[in-house]
Amino acid sequence: MGLRRLVPTGLAALTLALLAGCGGGSGGQGVHLNFWAYNEPGGTFAGAAQRCTQQSHGRYTIEFHPLGNDPDTQRQQLVRRLAAKDSSIDIMSMDVIWTAEFAEAGWIKPWPKAAADRVKQGTLQGPLQTATYQGRLYAAPANSNTQLLWYRKDLVKGEPPKTWNDLIDTAEKLPQAGRIEIQGAQYEGITVWFNSLIQSAGGQILDGPDKVGLAPAPTEAALAVMAKLAHSTAADPSLSSQKEDQNRLAFETGQAAFQVNYPFIYPSAKENAPKLFKNLGWAPYPAVKNPADAGQNAPIGGFNWGVGGYTKHPQEAFDAATCMRDEENQKQFALKGGLPPTLASLYDNQEFVKQYPFAPMIRNELQHAAVRPQTPLYSDVSLAIYKTISPPSGIDPKSTAAKLRDRVEKALQSKGLL
Amino acid sequence: MSTNVPTQTGAIAEAPGRGLGRRRGRKPISERAKAERRLGWMLCAPAVIVMIAVTAYPIGYSVYLSLLRADLRFPDEREWVGLDNYITVLGSSLWWADFFHTVIIMVISVAIELVLGMLLALIMHRALFGRGLVRTVSLIPYGIVTVVAAYAFLLAFSTPSGGFVPHWLGIEHDLVDQGHPVTSFMVVILAEVWKTTPFMALLLLAGLALVPDELHEAARVDGATAWQRFWRITVPLMKPAILVALLFRTLDAFRIFDSAFIIGQNGTNPKIETVSILGYNQLLNRLNLGLGSAVSVLIFICVMIIALIFIKGLGTSRPGEA
Repeated sequence: MGLRRLVPTGLAALTLALLAGCGGGSGGQGVHLNFWAYNEPGGTFAGAAQRCTQQSHGRYTIEFHPLGNDPDTQRQQLVRRLAAKDSSIDIMSMDVIWTAEFAEAGWIKPWPKAAADRVKQGTLQGPLQTATYQGRLYAAPANSNTQLLWYRKDLVKGEPPKTWNDLIDTAEKLPQAGRIEIQGAQYEGITVWFNSLIQSAGGQILDGPDKVGLAPAPTEAALAVMAKLAHSTAADPSLSSQKEDQNRLAFETGQAAFQVNYPFIYPSAKENAPKLFKNLGWAPYPAVKNPADAGQNAPIGGFNWGVGGYTKHPQEAFDAATCMRDEENQKQFALKGGLPPTLASLYDNQEFVKQYPFAPMIRNELQHAAVRPQTPLYSDVSLAIYKTISPPSGIDPKSTAAKLRDRVEKALQSKGLL
Repeated sequence: MSTNVPTQTGAIAEAPGRGLGRRRGRKPISERAKAERRLGWMLCAPAVIVMIAVTAYPIGYSVYLSLLRADLRFPDEREWVGLDNYITVLGSSLWWADFFHTVIIMVISVAIELVLGMLLALIMHRALFGRGLVRTVSLIPYGIVTVVAAYAFLLAFSTPSGGFVPHWLGIEHDLVDQGHPVTSFMVVILAEVWKTTPFMALLLLAGLALVPDELHEAARVDGATAWQRFWRITVPLMKPAILVALLFRTLDAFRIFDSAFIIGQNGTNPKIETVSILGYNQLLNRLNLGLGSAVSVLIFICVMIIALIFIKGLGTSRPGEA
């Protein structure tokens, strides 16, 4: 074939390819839906897209588009498109803290009553609350997450501590590995910790989407716990730069008797530190004041499925999003991805409980979890908080509380540099 | 030159009395000169249009945005706020902290680059054999994409990423996390120096070539040592080249983004946050176009000030002038 004939043929092929691209990808059946989500390493999010495509019997085809690995990157990727009113975002995975921001900006659609009722049925209170903004459901909770107090039974004798004071005192008295691993670096993780502490002390960071809370007594009580730990021998020397994974590593290498962390450390310890794993114990998230409150106001994380505000196929998108969080899919998220479900029924699933023996404790914590402030300016508020309270060794409860109020106030006016 | 041509032709054209200048004050311009001028504009037009589209418009637009409260999260609340954004930025301790970080990185890395670049240039200049090879090899770091180079340094120095440097030094903590600002700075500066010393050396080499050998020979005959010849002959004669090299690198270093962003683990290490990262965070994380544009405009002004200091204060010749 000469060049002259090759060129038109090539052009024709290209045109066809482009047309196919516009028309709706592989399979090309029914409505084409784009699902932008975190690429869960177990492949279960992509798997859910595939399963629901099949179950729709040709009504829609869900194409999976992976987002970056860390929440900041995911948010950036989505927000850049949404701010430009991109209609190609039909369904997206959202970190639980984005609901208010996305809802207020019109980047996600509120769920119509019928669809919302289907989502609410059998879903745990905490996850549902993260998907609700000003009384309306804006997303479908797909999976959840919470922290437990993990400890070594060979070192900690008797009942595990129930309050933070008790925990720090116990750790200090241990003859060896008397450390508590927790997130102290300047990032979202320390905001999570602070939010749980202040709620446990009876306060709130915000009293409304644009109203500062941070009442002096609970704020200072929460900050006092952080300062006490930071100045205690129980603190890791690198507390001010520690995130979840550094905590896991320090615990696995036997440097600490305690760690406050998400359940991902469980399968990891099983594989990396089998000896230590035999003595791995878990207890409810500690309380600030009352020992009976242990397990209340624990952190809550996870992903919700949101439907894009500019999608051309809202009806199909709501149905597909509902399908991708059904019992079967959540079971896969839990078993393959280690992500705690949001549906209460799964916590009775034998297969899941066998792999996650602490499942009942997680279920309990998720009913009364400390949801982070729901405001469209959440990322600014969180930045203002973690830039003020990290490093924890620099906290002076009284003056830090005053500084915190001032900075959160500014953040709520979307003023100030962060 | 272009300004001279029309007046000359105009003067010639005037003599036969064909020039019908309507305005008395101005020298009348002949048809030919007009046509030439029009042709000149038409030839320039594509370049001018492209320049306006890709530089003047974005710069003007960001200056305009910097005077607004413009937050993409609240598209309906856009309003004119005058210089409020600038007051916020300049009144924020974060801007000054980041400004300070940027200046530290800029001053130290450019100083080291100047010394190493000069050594490298002298070696390249004096190389007796394999001159081409020496020059090519020393340019390799400059040819490597900055992000790739920054990742190489991050992976070498970061303990969680399995870096070999802390392992060799017997250090268990992470050298580039937020708890260790001094080592974080050192790694960023090292990455910058490694990457851009060849560029500095190349500019200096051009200056070295300008120093005539006869002067060196004469000085040697007069009994000057190598050290004296370097300081008394080479450096003074190279001064214009050195200043241009310093100007280029300083302007570049002030806008540092990629190395600091990657080594600061996607900009999450606040201890090595630079002004460019600050602007990026306001624009792309917070979607606050007003504040972000104000930061960008301020960076632009800083760059202008640095350039002014070099050109007016130190007498650097502008690029393009001999």
